[in-house]
Amino acid sequence: MWNYEKRLQYPINITQPNAQIAQVIMSQYGGPDGEMGASMRYLSQRFAMPNRQAMGMLTDIGTEELAHLEMVATIVTQLTRNLSMDEIKKYGFDKYYIDHTVGIWPQAAGGVPFNACEFQSKGDPITDLFEDMAAEQKARTTYDNILRLVKDPEVADPIRFLRAREIVHFQRFGETLRILQEQLDSQNFYAFNPSFDAPTTCPPCAK
Amino acid sequence: MRNLCQLSQSQLFDYINKVSFAVNDIILFLDSHPKNQEALAYFHEHSELRNAALKEYARRFGPLTIDTANDAASNSWEWIHQKWPWEGGSCSCGTMRNDCSIR
Repeated sequence: MWNYEKRLQYPINITQPNAQIAQVIMSQYGGPDGEMGASMRYLSQRFAMPNRQAMGMLTDIGTEELAHLEMVATIVTQLTRNLSMDEIKKYGFDKYYIDHTVGIWPQAAGGVPFNACEFQSKGDPITDLFEDMAAEQKARTTYDNILRLVKDPEVADPIRFLRAREIVHFQRFGETLRILQEQLDSQNFYAFNPSFDAPTTCPPCAK
Repeated sequence: MRNLCQLSQSQLFDYINKVSFAVNDIILFLDSHPKNQEALAYFHEHSELRNAALKEYARRFGPLTIDTANDAASNSWEWIHQKWPWEGGSCSCGTMRNDCSIR
């Protein structure tokens, strides 16, 4: 269950349209390391987590990723407001425009559509948490790359916020992995699937 | 607590963003440090500030959440009368702002 809150997690007000920058930032909506993959990854993986701590972390970070998805879509929307046909052609936005006008659709910067194969939900919590940590760093690198291309402070400011959150999430997933490993046999972390082969329990759900 | 009644709409909105972010961030910390008393106190304090600010915003400017929509002193459905987050500061209304077809 979710409730909508009528505000962005971090405010965005872009006054200068820029179709070229919109096209690259779009990748963080539906690209390989984008926020759609992030939210779907965590909100799917949580069902197979072996303890309530990990279930909570994946739920809460997955929820925050939905807010980030909305922020990225807002940036793209505001960057493509009031574009002239000349600007659309000049900045190579015509290929996107022909299929979506200036609507929001999940694709990578290179035009590859969003695909569920951009994330995994393996049903194995150790495997999934390692993927989650890698995913946060891949998204951070993408935001680094965006920041090297973007000079408009109205765009760079919310991108910096999103980048900073990737680092916090990496830290929290690292803690979640450590807490889970503390509940397992330290000589045998990686040999089996703790959710399927040897379910762990923890307070307050300990038997 | 700050006197919320004296804040302008944009000041109150900024304040809501700030205290809400404090709540967002401490929630994740508490998920991995559930017994940290300092973090729990921080959560309680900021959660209360956030709820009070959301109520005050709904009362004066319209609701940001469905749970505070009931507080707006109006007979109309304020939920759709206030702008949506992606509209930004530079436009006052939505789809019809250019009121013109293809050029």
